[in-house]
Amino acid sequence: MPETITFYLFAALAIGASVLVIGQRNPMYSVMLLIASFGALSGLYILLDAPFVAIAQIIIYAGAIMVLFLFVVMLLNAPREDAAEWDRTHPLRQPGVTRWGTLLAGLLIVQLAWALGKMTDLKAPVATKTDAATVSSVTELGRSLFTRHTFAFEATSILILVAMVGAVVLARREGDQ
Amino acid sequence: MNLSAYAWPVAIGVMIFVTFNALIIASAILVLAERKIMGFIQQRYGPYLVGPWGVMQPFADILKLLFKEELRPKGADKWLFTLAPVLAIVTAFVAFATVPFGAETTLFGLLDKPIKLGITDVNVGVLVVFAVTSMGVYGIVLAGWSSNSKYALFGGLRASAQMISYELAYATSLAAVILLAGSLSLREVVDGQTGTWLGFVPKWYLFLQPVGFLIYVIAGVAETNRAPFDFPEAEQELVAGFNTEYSSVRFAMFPQAEYINMVTMSAVATDLYLGGWHTPLIPDSIGWVGFLLKVAFILFAYIWMRWTVPRYRYDQLMTFGWKWLFPASVINLILTAAAVLYFNA
Repeated sequence: MPETITFYLFAALAIGASVLVIGQRNPMYSVMLLIASFGALSGLYILLDAPFVAIAQIIIYAGAIMVLFLFVVMLLNAPREDAAEWDRTHPLRQPGVTRWGTLLAGLLIVQLAWALGKMTDLKAPVATKTDAATVSSVTELGRSLFTRHTFAFEATSILILVAMVGAVVLARREGDQ
Repeated sequence: MNLSAYAWPVAIGVMIFVTFNALIIASAILVLAERKIMGFIQQRYGPYLVGPWGVMQPFADILKLLFKEELRPKGADKWLFTLAPVLAIVTAFVAFATVPFGAETTLFGLLDKPIKLGITDVNVGVLVVFAVTSMGVYGIVLAGWSSNSKYALFGGLRASAQMISYELAYATSLAAVILLAGSLSLREVVDGQTGTWLGFVPKWYLFLQPVGFLIYVIAGVAETNRAPFDFPEAEQELVAGFNTEYSSVRFAMFPQAEYINMVTMSAVATDLYLGGWHTPLIPDSIGWVGFLLKVAFILFAYIWMRWTVPRYRYDQLMTFGWKWLFPASVINLILTAAAVLYFNA
């Protein structure tokens, strides 16, 4: 079963890279690891017989959004967060906050384990040939996006537009016309 | 022993080997061609000492670079500085994997069933090329940042801003061709251009998409960081731009990646707009000859443009990309969509 092996390989890569993203002090490395994690995710999509989604993931996230991230990180010129200073002054490092955070993280892990335990009919991690045809065809994807899911599609577009207008309004300095 | 059972996987292995080496040779030829054509345009001879007519010049260049010391600035980021050129050249090679370059052939009867010229054919081929090419910017950006040099950093910043801006127009002009062909597979796009109109005009998408072709070529030049859009390495302003701190083989990888990207860009332009291996007067069985000729012509135009047109100013680049090229490509896409809907209904 080469597909199962590939699945676990990509899954391990995605999880490993994601864990390392939050473990890095250097934001540049975090960005690169996030890209690696996106790559592994798109590998998982290919295993699910959804090549279009896989490539869209690479083009949009790895190719466009992460380049912007990199751009911002480079402009901020913050190669390394000052660890000692950060530990002392950051509001998230206060004892109360840390304790609550730990508690919530523990709760989340318990909840996840419980939910996974409840699921008895877990399907195989790779796609069966029958449901492949519905997601792999770009035509089908487009048709369902613009008929069955029109509302969700339009709502998302408006959300993005609002965010964009908001960013422009916030970025404009006082007094500028 | 039944040889033909082994012939198939061997043929694919040979195809990968040949394509890989053809790309390397192509970049060597481009180095020579660039220096020769530059010489002619500037009324000089160009290289002529190494070999007859200077043909061994690229090999002399690479030999010289191999014997140079590999330097790394003291404040450079060790991992990313090493990773950057590798990333640039790997993405350049990988992008060619889904580009078909010839019709089915048995290689003059060598194989028992015909093989398609091209490494692989996936049903989202155009997007794969686009995705991998867009990953290539990381090589330049990381090289710029990790060098710990202000000139290199500016080069990297410019590269990322430029790529983001021109990718939009590039992708939108691609979408118009995809609408015409009704497929994301490059091979099917080429097959949609079979035959002629009125018996002599080849059915190339160039004639249906003249504006789209122009936008594609302009955005393609910007994507491959070639003059007049070579801001990441603008030598009058940034010393040598993103690769200022690189030397030896690590340095050689950047221009080589750039030349291979140019080849990929020209090959995709040929497949999308110039009918791929369908050329008048050349039978499809040796269609790859016509394909190579078209690619060579586009590459010549690339070099021709570099030594004829002066570099833009940076604000002109952004204004042109966002206020002219992108709206033009969107209008082109909408008109194409309307036309396809009207004539297919």
